[in-house]
Amino acid sequence: MSDLSPQHTHTAMDPTLDVEAIRQQFPILHQEVNGKPLVYFDNAATTQKPQRVIDALTHYYQSDNANIHRGIHTLAERATSAFEETRKSLQSFLGAAEAEEVIFTKGTTDSINLVAHAYGRSFVNEGDEVIISAMEHHSNIVPWQILCEEKGATLKVIPVNEQGEIEVEEYRKLLSEKTRIVSVVYASNSLGTINPVEQIIELAHEKGAVVVLDGAQASAHLEVDVQKLNCDFYALSAHKMYGPTGVGALYGKRRLLEKMTPYQAGGEMISNVTFEKTTYNDIPYKFEAGTPNIADVVAFKQAIDFVQEVGKNHIHAYEQELLTYAHQELEKIEGLTIIGKAANKVSVVSFVIDDIFHFDLGQMLDARGVAIRTGHHCTQPLMDRYGIEGTARASFSVYNTKEEIDNMVEGIAKIVKMMRK
Amino acid sequence: MADTINEIQDEIIDEFALLDGDQEMTNFYIMELGQKLPELEEEYKTEDNIIKGCQSKVWVVPVADGERLQFKADSNSAITKGLVSLLVRIFNDQKAQNILDADLYFIDKIGMNRFIGTQRSNGFAAMIKQIKLFALVQKDRIEATK
Repeated sequence: MSDLSPQHTHTAMDPTLDVEAIRQQFPILHQEVNGKPLVYFDNAATTQKPQRVIDALTHYYQSDNANIHRGIHTLAERATSAFEETRKSLQSFLGAAEAEEVIFTKGTTDSINLVAHAYGRSFVNEGDEVIISAMEHHSNIVPWQILCEEKGATLKVIPVNEQGEIEVEEYRKLLSEKTRIVSVVYASNSLGTINPVEQIIELAHEKGAVVVLDGAQASAHLEVDVQKLNCDFYALSAHKMYGPTGVGALYGKRRLLEKMTPYQAGGEMISNVTFEKTTYNDIPYKFEAGTPNIADVVAFKQAIDFVQEVGKNHIHAYEQELLTYAHQELEKIEGLTIIGKAANKVSVVSFVIDDIFHFDLGQMLDARGVAIRTGHHCTQPLMDRYGIEGTARASFSVYNTKEEIDNMVEGIAKIVKMMRK
Repeated sequence: MADTINEIQDEIIDEFALLDGDQEMTNFYIMELGQKLPELEEEYKTEDNIIKGCQSKVWVVPVADGERLQFKADSNSAITKGLVSLLVRIFNDQKAQNILDADLYFIDKIGMNRFIGTQRSNGFAAMIKQIKLFALVQKDRIEATK
């Protein structure tokens, strides 16, 4: 993972990445907000969509719309094949051994809930333990809390150090023969930390536990190879990687998925139904109850293709350059503290400023057309860890520029000056 | 004799008109108004006095309970403090019944919902509701002693 370290920053802009040409593909970026050019720095919440994703949605409804997997007519055939094409794209995107190991869900939250229900319900029992980390998003806390309460199991939490890194030694101590599931975030949405997931997975496997990775933030920024990582489950959302909202995926190892009982019932998930006994369909259909979000799954392929065509390595190198620059410029502002200074980070910078409430900062930057996020970022326990209510968070994507960072920093400097006068 | 609620609202509308809808200037102006609000003593900053439904912490406390009500307020957010200062300005020294009857047309007239957004608008509505509740309690109290 050496290529992810912040030391590996490019001094000059990656010559193969034409940011202006990339920006041209995102129609939403070319507008004014409150009379100023839009600067969109809320990419960790959701990314913007390239024209090809928007076109795919329109095209699907204009020419292919039909229900999938059942119909024999031409439209049903086209819709089914487009839907399954996205599954194949995701298989290659994630490095999964087979397309059947990719299940479509509503997103990361839904994917984690699927594992908690379909795996947790069957394989976690009274006295067992589930481990998460202190930097988890609520979606990777609450499903496990519910599971543990129902089962009489214990939820254990790996502490996070001051820089915002998981304390691996503490994690070792938490692991035991009772550990059934370890579920951690690959890259933190509020701190940006990239966790040492290979090590986390290896240690969990030594104890016979399965590992779930919350890949919501990692998927658009880091190379993901589920086989190399050897994770058991990997959850992601399309909308955080230039794709549509309401769609995501769960990768799971075949041998685990086959042992699991369905998460929801109805539609596609059955093989044969009688009033006496129902048999379930094979994976992945066993977990895809009801009519899925077909159009958005189809358009999701365009987002995957976009990322792969630009290249994760180029995206990562460029975003690291933006991150380093943002850190450097923000630290010049008096009274500003960056929360989360892990050695390995995705392009997220969270900060607080003395005597300025983060929500005010967000509103004042919005007046300048700069969109950042403020609040606890659905990681309240993590905010408690740092003794803060929330942060202001700027998160960058491949279409952002250093000039936009200058614009934000200039805005913050002005606000600080006005508020301290 | 205090200005009426509507007279104060009209003043506020005129002041905001000078800002010409500039969002940044409006934010700064609101914060300046907040800075003029008298300090709220720590003893009042209790959980009970926090207005529920705001993203930031806002305390609104009735401090004098005669015929005419008086309020103190503070917030950990400079913008929210400015917003609540508008309410203190409007409702201070007014009779309970007038507070209850008040139609706060200035909110629409200055285009507040546009520049503070939905979340803050909800918080602002919660502050108004709380002040009206204080007025209602006070009115009942006065009537009970009659």
